[in-house]
Amino acid sequence: MGELDVLKKEAETLKTQIETARKAVNDTTMEAASSGVAPAPRIQPKARRTLKGHTAKIYALYWALDNKLMVSGSQDGKLLVWDTHAGILANCVPLKSAWVMTVSFSPSAGLVASGGLDNMCTIVNISGEKPKTMRELDGHDGYVACSRFLSETSILTASGDQTCGLWDLETGKQKQSFLNHVGDCMCVALAEDQNTFISGACDSQAKLWDIRDGQCKQSFIGHTGDINAISYMPNGQAFITGSDDCTLRMFDMRADQEVMCYQNAQPTAGVTSLSLSLSGRLLFAGYDDFNCNIWDSLKGEKIGVLSGHDNRVSCTGIPSDGMCVSTGSWDSFLKIWN
Amino acid sequence: MSGASNLVAMKKIVQQLRFEASINRVKVSQAAADLQQFCMQNALQDPLLTGVSSSTNPFRPQKVCSFL
Repeated sequence: MGELDVLKKEAETLKTQIETARKAVNDTTMEAASSGVAPAPRIQPKARRTLKGHTAKIYALYWALDNKLMVSGSQDGKLLVWDTHAGILANCVPLKSAWVMTVSFSPSAGLVASGGLDNMCTIVNISGEKPKTMRELDGHDGYVACSRFLSETSILTASGDQTCGLWDLETGKQKQSFLNHVGDCMCVALAEDQNTFISGACDSQAKLWDIRDGQCKQSFIGHTGDINAISYMPNGQAFITGSDDCTLRMFDMRADQEVMCYQNAQPTAGVTSLSLSLSGRLLFAGYDDFNCNIWDSLKGEKIGVLSGHDNRVSCTGIPSDGMCVSTGSWDSFLKIWN
Repeated sequence: MSGASNLVAMKKIVQQLRFEASINRVKVSQAAADLQQFCMQNALQDPLLTGVSSSTNPFRPQKVCSFL
């Protein structure tokens, strides 16, 4: 056999080995294991704020660590920063490129990052009198779908060029690139200790990465469509993904496999976004069908709905104090619920 | 040329699979138990789960903020 054939055979053997090892620890399902757990209360949060200001579809939102400021990005070409407690607009950042897909705050909220179809991640300083563009991170060969600050000087990006990147904001250069997905990278989430992160992509896989050396440590299969959203469970050992295949799935990193699937009885709408409450028990998921479903993450049951938007819910977020959930929509409005 | 790059690509794939195959895995029952314990322990500190009283709710009174 040629060397290539030998390698192909070894690859198949290894894949089978991984599947066998996963089955060997698959001694129960999350659902079965949670059968003795008391059901979560049927909650019905109310819309406490409706934020009107964008004039086109909203694509992204992000809460500041102060639990008060929230930034939203819309294809009207603006980032709007809201003081959600007082109910007023705190800042407005005009964008060079209107095609925004992601927004985020730095830990101090003095910087905002946005990215999109311009293939760049733009960092703007909003702590001064007027917003000032600080850096344009240029290097991806595809759109920037997600960006997350590690600190005031470091940011992680996910791109349609099938890679994720770690950038040094002092030099504006990429410090590390993460290559293993074979589809557009759509979302990332950072572990609390920032040594690792997880990504979701259009190859239907989620991956766990070492931030320092770029090594892909684990790959998680199960979804049958693009993964649009990803978030760690607060215990840091599991994560949840949302996909165009109309499901959300929980993957446990120590068991190295999918442990739960959240699927509507009639699954017709893709999942665009997801957020977890502070204890991890409540899973809020935004869908193409204009709703945001509330799931009991342990028992896999749907326990509520947030309805009120007149178009797709494109983004959701829960601040670090867990006091509310916010939703952003193609109807150009943001709502805050509790 | 393409033969050589196929070989390089395949070597990378096999290397990655070797790495992924080598990890230790914990039983799903253990993972589930740990997750349940975490959720239960933190349930009372989860405002969306317990509900937010009007007196402590930063989002009362209700407001529509309009900048159109």
